[in-house]
Amino acid sequence: MIVLKSVSLFGEKQTDISIADGIVVSLEPTSEKGIDCSGLVALPGLVDLHTHLRQPGFEASETVLSGSKSGVAGGYTALFAMANTNPVADSASVVEQVLTLGEAAGLLQVQPIGAVTKGLAGAELAGLGGMARSRAKVRVFSDDGMCVFDPALMLQALTFVKSMGGVIAQHAQEPRLTEGAQMNDSDLATELGLTGWPSVAEESIIARDALLAEKTGARLHICHLTTAGAVDVIRWAKKRGIQITAEVTPHHLMLTEELVRSYDPVYKVNPPLRSAEDTAALREALVDGTIDIVGTDHAPHSIEKKDCEWENAAFGMVGLEHAASVVQKVMLEGGRNWRDIAQVMSSKPAEIGGLTNQGRLDVDTEANITLIDPSATRTVTSQTHSASTNNPFAGVALPGAVVHTLFRGNFSFKDGEVVEK
Amino acid sequence: MKNLVSIADLSREDALYLLDNAQQLAQVNDREVKKLPALRGKTVVNLFYENSTRTRISFEIAATRLSADVINFSAATSSLSKGESLKDTAQTLEALGADAIVVRHPMSGAAHQLAHRDWINASIINAGDGSHEHPTQALLDALTMRQLVGSNDDLAGLKVLIVGDIRHSRVARSNVLLLSKLGASVQVAGPATLVPAGFEKMGATISNSFEDSLEQQPDVVMMLRVQRERMQGHYMPSEREYTQNWSLSGKRLAMLKKDAHILHPGPMNRGFEISSEAADDPRAAILKQVSNGVAVRMAVLHELLAGERS
Repeated sequence: MIVLKSVSLFGEKQTDISIADGIVVSLEPTSEKGIDCSGLVALPGLVDLHTHLRQPGFEASETVLSGSKSGVAGGYTALFAMANTNPVADSASVVEQVLTLGEAAGLLQVQPIGAVTKGLAGAELAGLGGMARSRAKVRVFSDDGMCVFDPALMLQALTFVKSMGGVIAQHAQEPRLTEGAQMNDSDLATELGLTGWPSVAEESIIARDALLAEKTGARLHICHLTTAGAVDVIRWAKKRGIQITAEVTPHHLMLTEELVRSYDPVYKVNPPLRSAEDTAALREALVDGTIDIVGTDHAPHSIEKKDCEWENAAFGMVGLEHAASVVQKVMLEGGRNWRDIAQVMSSKPAEIGGLTNQGRLDVDTEANITLIDPSATRTVTSQTHSASTNNPFAGVALPGAVVHTLFRGNFSFKDGEVVEK
Repeated sequence: MKNLVSIADLSREDALYLLDNAQQLAQVNDREVKKLPALRGKTVVNLFYENSTRTRISFEIAATRLSADVINFSAATSSLSKGESLKDTAQTLEALGADAIVVRHPMSGAAHQLAHRDWINASIINAGDGSHEHPTQALLDALTMRQLVGSNDDLAGLKVLIVGDIRHSRVARSNVLLLSKLGASVQVAGPATLVPAGFEKMGATISNSFEDSLEQQPDVVMMLRVQRERMQGHYMPSEREYTQNWSLSGKRLAMLKKDAHILHPGPMNRGFEISSEAADDPRAAILKQVSNGVAVRMAVLHELLAGERS
């Protein structure tokens, strides 16, 4: 029996959490002794619907183990691993391999995402049924990094995935409108001489896919929204009753294209950092519920992929260990509470991804719990538990710190240290 | 001044100071012994990732006239197959004793990174980075304009028209920034697909009609070199359409003021963006630009490597 004493449950009433055999057995105050958690907010373990764990294939950037460590340090108890590995996670054997690596690491639940198309090439459907029936029970399919841009293929994929109760997570990027694109299409891009990435490249795909989702009745999830216009399209689609959900990353909530002035590729990301107006629209949409979840798009890259010319550099930033702090800041400043934070970082991503054992903190649920000190402030460092250091928040002071993480009733992160299996 | 990466980093005073020095150094070119000892013992490396014989030679002559040792280093880069990284190359050159690195690179920001990413301490001179900037070209253009209008100060009131593929032009960017700093009014003109709105923020007005622009009687018309392969496809329907609308033809030449001046950064595509009549017109100052290039680069090298101005 583990007892977490004097937690602030969802930032509300002070109580104790009693855990036995990996299950929450009581949320009432108890006379049992336990671990003092006074001042800490208890939330259901965070769930990231959008993580790049890089294994197999890119172990110099991240492994399932190093990514899991970074995850628990960020308060996560489940990570959905994107499919753009090498080999691509487009078959039952690869997704089962990723699942097995996650189980071996044992720090949190690694749930593989399957590719929509073979080799992410956008030409033929991957083995969706086989991945769904595999031991990994894949329900989220995504070509993330690439857009499923062929409308006929997208239509078939949505139809197929609907029949398995799954969802397509679309990386909305019209490829012809973004050839050679390096940063947000703006006056600043003109000044810096970098090829622009127009907002319409994102918005047109979201609008098209919303209509395809409406036609098929399938569920559609839009990865990493970045523009004010995309928020408008999502609002319109939801109003129309389309089964669409939307995600935003921590970096698109807070960082703007102005950072690109440095030509430092740590700020190079796909989709790109946008204008201050876009960032404000994204925060507003997260606060008002138009955007359903925060996904990190944690995208580790080895140093040499970033220590080079802007155009030669890889797209992507790490995100697992500061996401909760960014969301705390945005949501609390926006007038929302910790229950809302749990919704966008845990319950809703678990629901979209079909993980029924995650996203809840209640009696008789699996004890996946995150404990956050909301009053802490910390300065982000580029050295984290991730194998990579491409962190755009390095040097930025943020509120809140994850103190403990419990996965299935065991500490995976305790007093700021990873508890290796 | 340690580096020259962007005109945006220069104050009006910095720019005038460099132009004044360049004006003095220009006289060295007219001497029998064209050499000064100012940079004896200094090593200047021309690090060129893009072919540009003219710019490289211009820097080479400038450094040589100041008695610096000059090393030319041609490198290849591509996003697909990289050899040595920019960082490693730069660190190697510095370890070999480079005091200044003159860099030409096809990617925007490369010079900025060399100057600001703590890779090396050598002075960096941007000799053109992607579509971003080409500051010494703008300085030599400004020096040429000062001489043409007989100014020893700024270019207040001068009307300058820059014509061509503005979108992809580092020459246009550096010139808009510098000329507006010096008080000139600058208009950029070209097909709408090739003139991004962002140029307004940088200080220029925008025109999509060469004729309309010429009717405003500019004092200087600067024709940009245009890459033919860009003039077919989605920027422009055809080369022919480009030439019809945007070439400085004999007919358009006739619209110029008698005392107007024609500039071109070279090398020219005669018969494409500029007609031979215009290129050979007495109002063309293209060779003056070339010789001023040496003077401006001498002034910049001198300032960065031996300057007493902090």
